This record gives sequence, structure tokens and C-alpha cells, in this order.
Amino acid sequence: MTDIWRMIARRLLLGLLTLFVISLVIFGATELLPGDLARELLGQSATEETLAALREQLGLNDPAPVRYWNWLTGVLQGDFGVSMATQKPISELVGARLGNTLFLALYAAALSVPLSLLLGVLAALWRNSIFDRASNAMALTSISFPEFFVAYILVLFLAQTGIFPSMVRITAATTFGDRIYMAFLPALTLTLVVTAHMMRMTRAAIINLLASPYIEMARLKGMSPLRVVLRHAVPNALAPIINVVALNLAYLITGVVVVEVVFVYPGLGQLMVDAVTNRDIAVVQAIALIFAAAYVLLNLIADVLSTITNPRLMHRR
Amino acid sequence: MTNLILPRGISRRGLLQGAAAIGAAGLILPAGARSAMAQAKKGGVFRIGLGHGSSTDSYDPGLWEQLYVQTFAAARVNYLVEIAADGTLVPELAESWSSADGITWAFAIRQGVTFHSGKTMTPDDVVASLNHHRGDASTSAVKPFFDPVTDIKVDGQNVIVTLNAPNADFPYLMSDYHIPVLPSADGKIDPNTSDGTGGYIVESYEPGVQATMNRNPNYWKADRAHFDQIIMLTILDPAARLNALMTGEVDLIDQVDPASISLLESRGVSRIISVSGNAHYVFPMDARAAPFNDNNVRLALKYAFDRQELVDKILAGHGSVSNDNPIGPANRYFHAEMEAKTYDPDKAKFHLKEAGLDTLEVTLSAANAAFSGAVDAAVLMSEKAAAAGITITVDRVPDDGYWDNVWMKKPFCASYWGGRPVEDQMFTTAYAAGAAWNESFWDNARFNELLVAARSELDDTKRREMYHEMQQLVSFEGSTIIPMYNNYVMAVANNVGTPEKISANWNLDGFRCVERWWFA
Repeated sequence: MTDIWRMIARRLLLGLLTLFVISLVIFGATELLPGDLARELLGQSATEETLAALREQLGLNDPAPVRYWNWLTGVLQGDFGVSMATQKPISELVGARLGNTLFLALYAAALSVPLSLLLGVLAALWRNSIFDRASNAMALTSISFPEFFVAYILVLFLAQTGIFPSMVRITAATTFGDRIYMAFLPALTLTLVVTAHMMRMTRAAIINLLASPYIEMARLKGMSPLRVVLRHAVPNALAPIINVVALNLAYLITGVVVVEVVFVYPGLGQLMVDAVTNRDIAVVQAIALIFAAAYVLLNLIADVLSTITNPRLMHRR
Repeated sequence: MTNLILPRGISRRGLLQGAAAIGAAGLILPAGARSAMAQAKKGGVFRIGLGHGSSTDSYDPGLWEQLYVQTFAAARVNYLVEIAADGTLVPELAESWSSADGITWAFAIRQGVTFHSGKTMTPDDVVASLNHHRGDASTSAVKPFFDPVTDIKVDGQNVIVTLNAPNADFPYLMSDYHIPVLPSADGKIDPNTSDGTGGYIVESYEPGVQATMNRNPNYWKADRAHFDQIIMLTILDPAARLNALMTGEVDLIDQVDPASISLLESRGVSRIISVSGNAHYVFPMDARAAPFNDNNVRLALKYAFDRQELVDKILAGHGSVSNDNPIGPANRYFHAEMEAKTYDPDKAKFHLKEAGLDTLEVTLSAANAAFSGAVDAAVLMSEKAAAAGITITVDRVPDDGYWDNVWMKKPFCASYWGGRPVEDQMFTTAYAAGAAWNESFWDNARFNELLVAARSELDDTKRREMYHEMQQLVSFEGSTIIPMYNNYVMAVANNVGTPEKISANWNLDGFRCVERWWFA
């Protein structure tokens, strides 16, 4: 078990290094973008005079390394700074959006993970049957359409008929039940988009194992096919499944801006797009770090879990 | 159920006289607003879905620049003066205004008006609110308006503004959406306050997402602000906006895509409101750079495309042809009798020859950030210009950073103007030599001379002549192609009541749909 803890500690340190490098890259990239926050805030109506005054107020006149250093020292002390545009603390600005994003990601995961595991196991069990073909075809069809198209199709059939709302108006006062109801269409869209990946991986991993001698042995001992799959195949297939689930969870947190736009869902993706458009670099940095951290942490969890499920990895020498 | 509202007789009374009359008679509301009052009903939650708004929007009035913050402001603050639906100037927080010479302007400030916080609105608040846009440290977008202002002071219940030269239209400028009256302390306003004297009190606001406001029970205007609550949503995706209206999630949307208008109408749950105003799309040419420094080249380009085609295809008919004139039909001194420019390749060729050219090759930079359909418009122009021996290469540039990298940097590009209620404001902003936003870098001696003269001219007839001559100059010697005036196109749920006449000075009934409209 100490191996595991040592691995976690090492991976966390590496993760911090990754975040540092990412923050440098993001800062550099936003510096390369033409224009700055002052210009974007004043828009078409900017004059040289007002631009100069606003840049002075926003502290945009410092050289880039100084600005990066100020930001970094703030973050190391747990202070992500204030949004340059609204002067609100970033923790406040990002906090509510992060909550919304996590809610939608978990909601979609709660729908898609059990669904794809179930479909994957059944498809492996009834390989080459009508069920296998149909579930494969449907999953591949839904992943092949662009997300917004899936979203509009759902709006056409489920929102314009009045069953579910076409947009999500979540405020701090919205109850949990209302959230579940209002966010159903975006969660369903995401479910349709990510199910294929997880389901196909589950199916492939199990089918791969079904050819192994020990499974043959179990069959010869006269076990039922379901028991063979659940008791003998699935535990050994967990590592690749856990990895693909983690990858999809990370995608659900970081990559849903299109779905957010279609359903007017106030999540992090939309905030990030706004911040990039307006060159509000402090906000961009904070969100980029959250996204990177989501990938680092989920991958770490996936690796830990797959190590635990595989004794061979626990005792490698 | 298209409701096409055209500007009709716009008041032509002299401004100084008008102000005096208003001062004498107290509060006079235009006829349109009076008849609306009779039908208006109170109550309801008005939900607005707008294609603007971002998480970087702020309460600082000097930085307001798009429809979301403009409308949000109209709900919670008041201005010194208001532009009525018929284009005339009517009192708001200033009960009256007067000036003997056009240099010293006295605004009599209304008494007994309170802010949402309960503080009484005083002339000191007005002075502080105006000073927010002046001085070296000001970051306000309307700082240029205040450049000619030498002094602002309180005199009893009056606020006295002194200019460095006469300006007959100065009170009009005070209707600008950047200049609300906000509460002050120690001679300064807090630019981050949500407080105001307006009809609605902010309950919650998350920039870029949603604002919720409740009716101000102490609102000083008895006949305005009819809704109990207003919810303003940012819905950036045009399809999501349409869906929201069709599924009853919102009662009003802006920027209806011309291509979807007929679809929306066929559903029968909403009606389109199309208001023709002064807003216009433009293609400025850098008058300092060859080949655009030759007026014959500019004229050749002006005759080399079909304006009606652009109105039909880009605006789906929701607009009208402009004769390269930034002054629109909703302006007081609009010159309607100018010789119209039509698509005429021969005339274009003639002007090319005058310039000593057989053919012309230019590059037009366009992005839909300039206006929706700008790239398509550029392509249509390019197709038509070929017949006149003019090759227009359309350079499609990214939306992101358009105002930074392309506008006023490339010699020929696309841009737009919201239109201005006052001729002087429009000309001073974008056509005067050396103006910060003179996007074509045009410098015409006669025009510049007339601009100063007309600003201080107090005789209405003479002013009209001067403004007509200036429009003629911009149209036939200017360096800006202005193909069309675009209507403000919005859609409302069937149960939304609107006044007979909807203001054309800005979108959404001059941003004031929040306090002028009601649920029928």
C-alpha cells in the first residue's frame, strides 16, 4: 500500500509542475493575442486618451513578466486575484460557474456511465446479436453528429413540445429537483455524445478477455454466461474501462461549451470564452488551471484505481 | 403580423424655443406616450432574451457599449433628458433647460426624486455624474462629448454647464445612454453601484447570465414601469434565442435573424417589430491612402454596386437604401431630396476614367463582427463591381480583435453605426477632421467649417440649409460608402403591449421597452 501512497505523492507533485507549465503557456498565448482588455472593454468607442487611462487603472502598463509574477505570487498565497473587468474576486466569479459545470458533468456522468457499462456488458455477452448491432449503431450515430445538432434535435422533439425547457435558468435559489428537470436536455445531449466511447471500450475489453483460457475454463465448469462475464471477465477488464470513464469525465467538465451555448447554461466554458474574448487574463488563467487540474486529478484517480484493481501492478518490481 | 413602423413627422421646432415652452408648461408628454398610458396595464414578469452580455460587463456607465447593459441601465437609472418616441427631446430628471447664447446651459433639476437607497437626488449628484466623464483620469467612452465643457456648477436647484463655444444641441447630448444620474458622495459617484432613480431595483445580477429587477414602488413617474418584475437573460446563440421565444421561456428577443423571420411568423406565437431608424452599415475607405485619396475612385465604387440588392438580401427587406448618408430619416434635418445613386457600371467607369484608370483593384476587409452579413454584403458588392472593371477582393478576417486590427487599420473595411439622434453628434463623432473615430480619415475644409458654424447657429432655417449641404458633401465627396439603413428587428410574445409609435433612436424602443411596454 505504501507504493500507492508514494505514487500518489509523486503524481501530485508532477501535477503541480504541469499546472505551472500550463499557466505559463496560457499566459504566453493570451499575450500573443492582439489587443488587450482596455481595448475590448471600450470597444469601437475607444480613444487613445481613454485607453491610456483605463490601462493605467487596470495595471496593464507593467511588462508581461511583472504581471505574471504578481499573478503567480497571488495564486501561491491562495489569492486568484480579481477579475480585471468587473473587479470582483475571481473565486466568487468562478465558484458559482464551477458548481454549475460540476453539476452538469456529474448529472451527465450519472446517466451515461451506468448506461454505457450496461450496454457494453450486454453487447459483449450477446456479441453479434441484433442487440449488439443496434446498440453499437445507435451509439456511433449519436457520437458522429456534432453536439449542437444532437442538442437541436432534442430541442425540436422534447422542448418545442413543451416537455422540457429549451434553456436552463439556474440561479442560487433554484431547488435541486428543478435543476434536475431544467438540466435534463443538456445532460441527455452529453450522455448521447459520450456513451459510445465508454460502451465500445467496455465491450472490446470484455470480448478481449472472453478469448482467454481461464474464461474457457470457467465456461467448461458450466457457469452461466452472465456469471462468467460479471464474476470473471469484468474485474480484469476494469483498468481500461476506468481510464476511458475518467477521460470522458474530464471531457464533461472541460469540453461542453457548445452545449452550454445552445442551452444557455451558465457554466465555466462560456465564462472562459467570454474571458478570452475580452482578454480578462486573470479569469482565463484561473479557469485554465481548473480544467488542467481536472485532467490531472481524474487521470491520477484512474491510475490509482486501475492499480488497485490489478494486483500485478501493485507488486511490480 | 409584421408591424413596420416608419418615422413620420419629426418635430421641427427650434430647440431653444421648445425648451422654453416645456419649461413654462411643465411636463409635456408626446401624444404617443399619452395614448399608450390609457391602455397600459400593470403587472407581470417581463423576460427579455438578448444576444449581448458578457461576464465582463460592469456597472461603470463610461464603459457601457452594448444592448444588454444599455437596456439594463434604462430599467434602473434616469437621465437628465429623454428622447421621446417621435424624436423630440422631453424632460426627465431635468424639468427644463435653457440657454441665451448656446454657451451657458442651465438645467433645472427635478425635486422630490429619490434613489433606490432612499437618498434624495440633488443637483450635486448631477454634477458628480457628469464629471465622471471629464478629466484626465476618466475612462469614459463619451469623454469627447465633454471636451468642450469648461465648467459645471450648482446654482440653487439648477445645474449650470458652460461650454467653450455655442452648441445648440447640447441638451440632446445629455440623453446619451452613458450619462445617467447616479448617487454621489464627496463630489464623486461610485461607478460600481447598482443604485439609481429608475423604475426597477436590482435584486440580483450575474454579468453575462441574468439580471432580476423588481418594480420601484416609489418611482416618480406614475405612468411608466408597468411590469412587476423584469428578468434579463443573455442568450448569445440566435437559434437558442428563437427557441426561447417559441417555447415561451422569454417574452422579447432582439436581433432576429432575417432568414428566420418568416418561420417565426408562421408559428403564430409572436410578432415581429421592425423599426426603421438611423442605424446604418458602412464601408469606410482611408481617404489618405491611394487609390481612395482620389474622389473619382470613391465615386466609382459608390456607383458600382446595387444598394437595393443589399437591402433585399442582407436585411431581408428590413431596412432601406441609404445614399451614402449617415443622417437617417429619423433625424430632424434629414436631406431626402439628394440625387439618388443607383447601380450604374457606366457611371462608375466614367469616374474611373476621370481618375485616369481603366481598371481598379481593391481589397475589402470584412468580418461579421462589423455587422451581421458583412462578409456576404462584401461578396455581393464584389460581384456587381466586376461589370464596371473594378475588382474587389474580399478579405474575410476573424471576428476576434476586429476593432483592434482591422477597423481604422485596413484601408477599406466594414463597420456600423447605431445612428445618433443629433446631426452634429454623428458628424462630430465620425466625419470631422481629426475626430478619434473618423474611420475614413476624411478631411474636407468646407465640411469642417460648416460643422462648427451649424453647431452654434440658432436660426432653424439656416441650420437646416447647412446640414443639407453637409450631407451632400459626405454623400458625394465623402470617403464612406453607406449602402443602407438597417431596421431594428425584434420579436415579442403576442401578449406584450407596445405604444403606437416605437422610438427609432436606439434599439428596443430607445432601450426603454422596460419602462414603456406592458402586458396586454
